[in-house]
Formats: sequence, structure tokens, C-alpha cells
Amino acid sequence: MTEFTAHISPIVLLDLSLLTMLIIVAFAMLRSRHLFAVVMLSGIYSLLSAAFFVSLDAVDVAFTEAAVGAGISTVLMLGGMLLTARREKPAAKDRAPVALAVVLATGAALIYATTDMPAFGDPNAPANDAVGQRYVEETPNDIAVPNIVTAVLASYRGFDTLGETMVIFTAGIAVILLLGAGSGRGGRKVVDRAPSDEEAQ
Amino acid sequence: MTMFAVAATAIVIAMVLALIRAIAGPSLYDRVLAGNSFGTKTVLLIGLMGFLTGRPDFLDIALLYALINFTGTLAILRFFSYRTPSRALAEPSPKTTPSQKEGAV
Repeated sequence: MTEFTAHISPIVLLDLSLLTMLIIVAFAMLRSRHLFAVVMLSGIYSLLSAAFFVSLDAVDVAFTEAAVGAGISTVLMLGGMLLTARREKPAAKDRAPVALAVVLATGAALIYATTDMPAFGDPNAPANDAVGQRYVEETPNDIAVPNIVTAVLASYRGFDTLGETMVIFTAGIAVILLLGAGSGRGGRKVVDRAPSDEEAQ
Repeated sequence: MTMFAVAATAIVIAMVLALIRAIAGPSLYDRVLAGNSFGTKTVLLIGLMGFLTGRPDFLDIALLYALINFTGTLAILRFFSYRTPSRALAEPSPKTTPSQKEGAV
């Protein structure tokens, strides 16, 4: 295992400030009892993590996070909030130590698991053993797309991505069919006909 | 390079200020505005990150974020004036105006 040397570059400082803000937002979401504030803060959390993913070069993950996290789920959570109360009820105090213990144990297990991961940029890591090296070397000649992840998703695994898109498209159509057209405006009014005497027998 | 680093620092400070308003903000509109301006700062920061690492391709991503941010804020605001994100703009609003119900929260 090679020694990790930290370079204090502007990007590292930027990552540090993004991560600090993520922690602040997470604690503010935990502390707040005002549900609308929590929804807005979760949108901000998604924007921050999307910016962090961009700085990690995971552009496709960042796209998804920004569209789903900051866009769709904010609106969905606002819609859910309309159906419930505006403020969160305070939780029972005697349950807090159990929850804290579970969270701490899970966190400790996850951190322990990271010690088995290969070092960042290790050329002998399993991810670099297989076709990864070939993608890195051949992408400029084969596809000429500057981002290798994009090249892998859209060209090397193009049929896989097409299948995923079809699955999501089918799911979307199924949901629209189940909810009925115009459900966003409350849908059509459906009145159950009272059974006639012959049917009731 | 130095210019971009200074600009990134200024944007991070502006992000912190918007964050304070989003956490502390007493009214709903403070928080909507804080979320929107935080999104704008994210767009600028992603653009600057591209120039800091010498890869201005990131500008395309920043553009997409600007679109998402714009649509998201519109959805939230329409949600508060019409109680649903997808009602047509021409329809009359409910009898109680939203400002009476929401402004005091």
C-alpha cells in the first residue's frame, strides 16, 4: 500500500468546503421541526452533493442527483407535505439512545469495511484489472468523447443503456395508465352506480 | 488560475450566506429564495470548477443545472399559488389567497 500524500490544491479546498456544508445541512435537517424548511434543505443537500459528484468526475451521477434529488423529489415531498401536517411531532426521548446506537454501529461497520478497499488510484485494484484499462486507452480512438464514463454508457454499453431506458419508459407509461390521464388536475370524477335490485340478489 | 480561485472562494462564501438564510429564514419565501439562489451558486461553482481543472467542458453541465434549477423553483412557486404543481396557469386560484395562509408560517 502506497503512502497517501495530500496536495492542498484549490479543488481539494473546494471539496472540503462542499463536504462541510453537506454536514451542516444534514444537521440542520435533523434539528428542524418545520417540514417545509426540511424539504428546501434537502433540495440544497442534493445540489451540494451533485456539485461534489462533478468535482469527483462522476458527471452522470451528478446529473441524476440534480434532476431527481433537487428537482423531482422536492416537488414530490411538497405534495406529500400537503397531505400531512406542516410541523414534525417531537419524537419520544427514550427511543433516541437505541437509534443512536444503531446508527453508530452501522457507521462503524461501514468505515471498517472501507479499510479493505484498494487505495485511491491503485493500479492493481480490481476495477483496473479487467476492461477498465482498455476503455481508458481506446476511448479517444474508438469514440472520441472526452468523458470516458459517457463513452462507456452511451457506446460500449449502448444496448444495456437502451434496455434500461425502455424499462423506465415502460414503468412511466404504466404509472400514467394506472393513475389515469389528467390525474394531476384531480382526475375525472368516478361515481359508483348503485346496484339495481336484480344485481343485488 | 488565481482569478478563478478567488472567484470560487467568493461563491463558496455566498453559498454559506444563502445556507444561513435557508436554515434560519423565518418565512417560507426566505427559504424558497435561499434554495433558488443556492442553485444559481451551484451552477456558477460547477462552471468555475471546470476552469480550475482546465476542462471548460463542464460548462454544458452547468447549463443543464441552470435549467433544472429554474424548473424546480417554478414548480415550488406554482405549488404554493395553486396547491398542485400541474394546474394550468389560466385557472382561477382557490378562494383563500395563498399569501393569507402561507405568509405567516
